[in-house]
Amino acid sequence: MTTTTGIQHISAGRRFKDLFVKALVYLAFALAVVPLVSVLWLVISNGVARLDLEFLTHSMRGIGARDAGGGAYHAIIGTLEQVLLASVISVPIGLFTAIYLVEYGQGGRLSRAISFFVDVMTGVPSVVAGLFIFAFWILFLGAQFSGWAGALALAILMMPTVVRSAEEMLRLVPNDLREASYALGVSKWRTILKVVLPTAFTGIVTGVMLAVARVAGETAPLLMTVFFTNSINNDPFNGPQMGLPLFVFDQAARPNDTAVDRAWTGALTLILIVMLLNLVARLIAWWRAPARGR
Amino acid sequence: MSKQIQVSGLDAYYGSHKAIEDVSMTIEPRSITAFIGPSGCGKSTFLRTLNRMHEVIPGARVEGKVLLDGDDLYAPNVEPVSVRRMIGMVFQRPNPFPTMSIYENVAAGLRLNGRLSKSKLDGIVEESLKGANLWNEVKDRLNKPGAGLSGGQQQRLCIARAIAVKPQVLLMDEPCSALDPISTLAIEDLMAKLKDEYTIVIVTHNMQQAARVSDRTAFFNLAEQGKPGKVIEMDETSRMFTNPTQKATEDYITGRFG
Repeated sequence: MTTTTGIQHISAGRRFKDLFVKALVYLAFALAVVPLVSVLWLVISNGVARLDLEFLTHSMRGIGARDAGGGAYHAIIGTLEQVLLASVISVPIGLFTAIYLVEYGQGGRLSRAISFFVDVMTGVPSVVAGLFIFAFWILFLGAQFSGWAGALALAILMMPTVVRSAEEMLRLVPNDLREASYALGVSKWRTILKVVLPTAFTGIVTGVMLAVARVAGETAPLLMTVFFTNSINNDPFNGPQMGLPLFVFDQAARPNDTAVDRAWTGALTLILIVMLLNLVARLIAWWRAPARGR
Repeated sequence: MSKQIQVSGLDAYYGSHKAIEDVSMTIEPRSITAFIGPSGCGKSTFLRTLNRMHEVIPGARVEGKVLLDGDDLYAPNVEPVSVRRMIGMVFQRPNPFPTMSIYENVAAGLRLNGRLSKSKLDGIVEESLKGANLWNEVKDRLNKPGAGLSGGQQQRLCIARAIAVKPQVLLMDEPCSALDPISTLAIEDLMAKLKDEYTIVIVTHNMQQAARVSDRTAFFNLAEQGKPGKVIEMDETSRMFTNPTQKATEDYITGRFG
């Protein structure tokens, strides 16, 4: 099929191939979305019934095996405190590690060793992190079960994620900007603090939020570190606490429908908390966005 | 506020690769000195040795002497950061800080180095933007991001940022190669104005530009690929372009190179 000018038409074969590949891409997209939507649907449809004021403001203290009612207030407080403490530990360490790797390490032996161990840490199963804190903090040092012990275990899991994502974001900062800053007679640490970090800020916040979302749903490390309680314990440094994943795990294992309903609502609450945190992160990122006209 | 640079026997390396060899020259204050030569001959590398930016690249090092009004920039106890404060630089691609507004970009060098009162800072920002012929175009939107300006405006913003810290010398690494002819003209006019106060060194691939703006010109070349670059000839620009002493210079300038 050639016109007089020599310009060729698209052949039927190419049209077919184009359609075929397009169909494959759409199919892959649908396959990826189906589990996500179905999980959301299941959790929302089963959990929304008990998502009431009582659930958000009461603990499980004094709620018998067959009683309806009760709530996850103690678990929500526990999860928020544990995740906050875990972030307070792991974000600074992770960020400083990433800064060392990108700005100072320059592919030396130490930076390669750090990179290797960060990779190893990424692969550590969450149970192992919990067992380690249990063996070291509680058995060896003789500390008691507490939210803080849980936060330590979660921090181990968060750290490699924070290092990797912050490292990626710092590497994306163009070298031109560092050189522009040096050429103004600005020292290296001030360049990092005032030019490199603000430029990478949005990406780093996103990375931290992904790490938070990852550990907020961890059950296994909490089992061995925060233990378990049905009562409200606002102090993460003293005595057993609860966490939302533990709450879901516990309630789902009980034989009554009222408990299973509570488990669904607990799962929904966890999703909502992570979504809310993500929203906050987006807002912070938007507020600090470089190209926004002020 | 302008100083002389004297370079003697300077070699620059990237790891084990010698990029330039035995460069000696004097760069006069209150004048524009242009470096011309084919790609990869070490012009930019040499320019970066003048304010100790070369050593920012891992593995890069310098041997030889660079004297700024008699003070050796490579003396053992010299702080590179203080050298760069005295010898500013403008890069090939405009690189305003993306997180900062126009105002903050110009004030960056001062702010990052210490505190100044708001009124003093306002004065310096206005003065620098006027100095870079940009004030009239941006005075109503100083709080807008610097990255929102056109390429030519961004480059003038970078010049304003460089002169805001009041350097003695201004190094420009192909400052117009990413710009259109009108923006190029604006920068060239600006250079002519700035040379009353600063020592200016410019690397350019554009020989007409070198002929138009510079007082003295140095021609860099390398014997062959992989060999270090050298200064072939340096003279008054008018003499370089009309009556060069070296055959290679004449070939390059007349476009009969190679």
